[in-house]
Amino acid sequence: MARTVWDSSVGKKTVMAVSGLIMLLYLVAHMIGNLKIYFGAVEFNEYGHWLRTVGEPFMHYEWTLWLIRVVLVVAVVAHAVSAYQLSRRDIRARPSKYVNKKRRASYATRTMRWGGIILGLFIVWHVLDLTTGTVHPGGFQEGHPYQNVVDTFSTWYGNVIYIVAMLALGLHIRHGFWSAAQTLGAGSRTRDRALKTVAGVLALLLTAGFIAVPVGVMTGVVS
Amino acid sequence: MTAEYVNYATGEPVVDTKAPSGPVDERWDKRRFEAKLVNPANRRKHTVIVVGTGLAGGSAGATLAEQGYHVVQFCYQDSPRRAHSIAAQGGINAAKNYRNDGDSVHRLFYDTVKGGDFRARESNVHRLAQISVEIIDQCVAQGVPFAREYGGLLDTRSFGGVQVSRTFYARGQTGQQLLLGAYQALSRQIAAGNVEMHPRTEMLDLIVIDGRARGIVARDLITGRIDTYFADAVVLASGGYGNVFYLSTNAMNSNATAVWRAHRRGALFANPCFTQIHPTCIPRTGDHQSKLTLMSESLRNDGRIWVPKAKGDTRPAHQIPEDERDYYLERIYPSFGNLVPRDIASRAAKNVCDEGRGVGPGGQGVYLDFADAIKRMGRKAVEAKYGNLFDMYQRITDEDPYEVPMRIYPAVHYTMGGLWVDYDLQTTVPGLFAIGEANFSDHGANRLGASALMQGLADGYFVLPATINDYLARHPHSEPVEVEHPLVQEVLAETEDRLNLLLAVDGDRTPDSFHREVGELMWEFCGMARTDSGLRKALERIPQIREEFWRRIKVPGTGEEFNQSLEKANRIVDYLELAELMCLDALHRNESCGGHFREESQTPDGEAARRDEEFSYAAAWEFTGTGSAPVLHKEDLVFEYVHPTQRSYA
Amino acid sequence: MRLTLRVWRQRNADADGAMSTYEVDDISPDMSFLEMLDTLNESLILRGEDPVAFDHDCREGICGACSLVINGDAHGPERTTTCQLHMRSFSDGDTIDVEPWRASAFPVVKDLVVDRSAFDRIIQAGGYITAPTGAAPEAHATAVPKRDADFAFEHAECIGCGACVAACPNGAAMLFTSAKVNHLNVLPQGAPERETRVLDMVEQMDEEGFGGCTLTGECATACPKGIPLVSITNMNKEWLRAVRKSGR
Repeated sequence: MARTVWDSSVGKKTVMAVSGLIMLLYLVAHMIGNLKIYFGAVEFNEYGHWLRTVGEPFMHYEWTLWLIRVVLVVAVVAHAVSAYQLSRRDIRARPSKYVNKKRRASYATRTMRWGGIILGLFIVWHVLDLTTGTVHPGGFQEGHPYQNVVDTFSTWYGNVIYIVAMLALGLHIRHGFWSAAQTLGAGSRTRDRALKTVAGVLALLLTAGFIAVPVGVMTGVVS
Repeated sequence: MTAEYVNYATGEPVVDTKAPSGPVDERWDKRRFEAKLVNPANRRKHTVIVVGTGLAGGSAGATLAEQGYHVVQFCYQDSPRRAHSIAAQGGINAAKNYRNDGDSVHRLFYDTVKGGDFRARESNVHRLAQISVEIIDQCVAQGVPFAREYGGLLDTRSFGGVQVSRTFYARGQTGQQLLLGAYQALSRQIAAGNVEMHPRTEMLDLIVIDGRARGIVARDLITGRIDTYFADAVVLASGGYGNVFYLSTNAMNSNATAVWRAHRRGALFANPCFTQIHPTCIPRTGDHQSKLTLMSESLRNDGRIWVPKAKGDTRPAHQIPEDERDYYLERIYPSFGNLVPRDIASRAAKNVCDEGRGVGPGGQGVYLDFADAIKRMGRKAVEAKYGNLFDMYQRITDEDPYEVPMRIYPAVHYTMGGLWVDYDLQTTVPGLFAIGEANFSDHGANRLGASALMQGLADGYFVLPATINDYLARHPHSEPVEVEHPLVQEVLAETEDRLNLLLAVDGDRTPDSFHREVGELMWEFCGMARTDSGLRKALERIPQIREEFWRRIKVPGTGEEFNQSLEKANRIVDYLELAELMCLDALHRNESCGGHFREESQTPDGEAARRDEEFSYAAAWEFTGTGSAPVLHKEDLVFEYVHPTQRSYA
Repeated sequence: MRLTLRVWRQRNADADGAMSTYEVDDISPDMSFLEMLDTLNESLILRGEDPVAFDHDCREGICGACSLVINGDAHGPERTTTCQLHMRSFSDGDTIDVEPWRASAFPVVKDLVVDRSAFDRIIQAGGYITAPTGAAPEAHATAVPKRDADFAFEHAECIGCGACVAACPNGAAMLFTSAKVNHLNVLPQGAPERETRVLDMVEQMDEEGFGGCTLTGECATACPKGIPLVSITNMNKEWLRAVRKSGR
């Protein structure tokens, strides 16, 4: 069964849809958590600590967090590998272009591939910046996420990278969510408008919610 | 005119030796019982060639393969799914009597014999009516999405002026749905390896060895390669020859080459002059016109047909007041009005246009007006009933039929004539069978609406697969044919020579220009109304065109490539001979019947007058050489169940 | 009307192709697009040049043979087949680009003619109901709800022209495949092969080298028969159901 799914273009799209939805679910939680930064360093840092103790005493310290990380890494890798393989197939299927080119699909649809690459690169930077601290500007402090975030968004490039990535995320979700629903067979004529609306609202909320953090730092509300 | 051509000889009568005697409703059972069978284990040793993948060919290929025969099938289209059966709109008749409205096998049989103006064989027609019932079952099982009622049962409608509701349909695309059903069944057999399918391959000649059809010569239209294919039997399902007229509702590439080449190799050609002209087609708009589009006959249920009373009245329709309009069908045929049969409606339209009262460009059209229907039923109801047809009309003409009346004109639609076949659908060449529109058997001189699909599928699914067994069982051990056989080499060489000659002439006229010329000639003299003098004129002209063709034809390119001009030119070669035979047949049949109207033979009120005492036969012609007089073989028609009466619709 | 045509010319499958420019004059707005090409071809033949090869047959919008990309649109600017497109959709003096369907699963045969046999092979993989002739039960033995019958019909309308593939930026055949899957899978007669049908057809579709679906919707926009995009969604659902049920 797994072989059938992975070998088929329809199956691979299913992998993309499911992994995409997992990441989307995570992003919603992540975005809500991020907004705690507006309630001050104490609450935000406590929230950061809590993330490591979720599930205790059943789970050991950081187990849950690692579990989430593993799921996320699997999702990202599955999503990216499927996307890569499907894109290769698509490009092979249409090797020569029309002399007279017309573009009809929406911007969000057309930017899925580039948007995906931007997001992939962003994730690498984001992890190196705020999880491992490898490329963090200023002194990265384990256990002090509030200060780390403020440091990042005090640099111009930190803001640019983040905001550009979040805009790409919005576009990606707008087409991706609706598209995932179609791939999983959840769309229908009557449900189409509702699905498109949900996709749009999700995209808007997530983009706005995430961008609220650098905006907060830039405007001095968060410092 | 070569005087010899008209002075044809009458040969021995042709007799259908396969039709059993006895009560008509038992004949098919009797024949099936008497027919020899091929042991299932031996069937795969037999190869059957099927030419064409329309309703008849597609269903025959699939069914023969299901039975275990090895089928080698051909179509000129890029896919078997595109055969022109796909364009049939109206529906398919079947004597299911689901409506409890008094229909029965016998009534369908009766209607078809009468509708064919008593020029069809009773045995064949009765079998067709019997099988009609099974066709619907078969198609439903294949997933053909017929129209259904809310209760989930099949819907039917009445069609073509009959009084029972026996026509099953799938919106305006019944032909498409039935064809896709057959195509899918055929596809299953292709996948199973039982059918070897050759798309884009056109049959160019028939190979007859020791008096039996043993194969064909065909050209791969992509590479231009000419090849031979051998078999134990050959089935032609290549459709009708309406494209002789250049403008017709046939597909652009529908052609007569397969049947004509078979005719040249010895198969008798029956009733070539029986062509059906459909009254409701969209008129031509100019010389550029390449084909004509049919509008469903159902439009006549609610539309009113009229022309201006005055000659040369060029006012737009809405400016012509009611009392200056001539609703001529309602005037001449008060009881049937706009619903008179196809041939009568067509001729009446021609008559008013010949009087100079036609409308639209060139005066070749009459109005089909829905203003009253819209007033009576409301625009919504008209839209629900005819919306898709109105859209199609608007797309083609750029006129809105809700606002201005449609313009229609008759066009060649179907050919009842074809290769002569016996009850087993075998031609006079043993081992050569013809099914569907390619044969002449079931419609007599006129085909009823929704009967073409019925016949194609009856032949392909049920009749041929039963009768071909008998032939194959009687020839169990065919010597394999070698390509080196001198007869094969001869046919091959003739084909190659013909194509090479077409390429070598390098003249100054295009294939289309010749096709158009012969088509216009046929339309004028062998179209809706035929006369002795007109037909003689045509018979004089055709050999001249033929001579000019071989002198002035220009075919660019080579034979070893995809060359659509060469394909066309080669088909015209055959039209130029077939046209001659059609005119001769029309000339010899000095009576009017069904689609064949001889002006010399009409009742005082202008109706077709049959002359049963002289012409109650099928005329089967034997080829004797290009331009040389064919030999007429008559098959006498006997009517034991439906007694000939003169049609009257006044 | 006077028009400039830029037409893709390619001698055969192996040759390189290029756009060639032709002028045509005296074009009537009532002509169909193919009749306009007929006119061009007549003059090319008389000039001793090779006429432009293009597929066409019924010229009434149902056989699915015609297949031109006109100014970047499969079947041209109107939502119909090329044969039903009329010159009144263009203006005097226009330059019109005419190209073949482009997809690696549809290799060019010559000029504007492509090989669409991949579609036939998809149907051969499972686009049928196994019902050998003679074995059929009485047609009214199984009632089919009108809603299902209508749904089946809407999908059965597909003419197999390939405009969906030509329009899709990925050269995908999902709309074509889904139309047949949906037509047959909704009917009770199609139920016994419901799972194998969709699995086999999708597998064949992949094997033919068609691209995957990114739901751009171009196919449904180009479809002359109006097969909706949601048709693909339905097929996805059928496919997932089949994987679950068949355990394949």
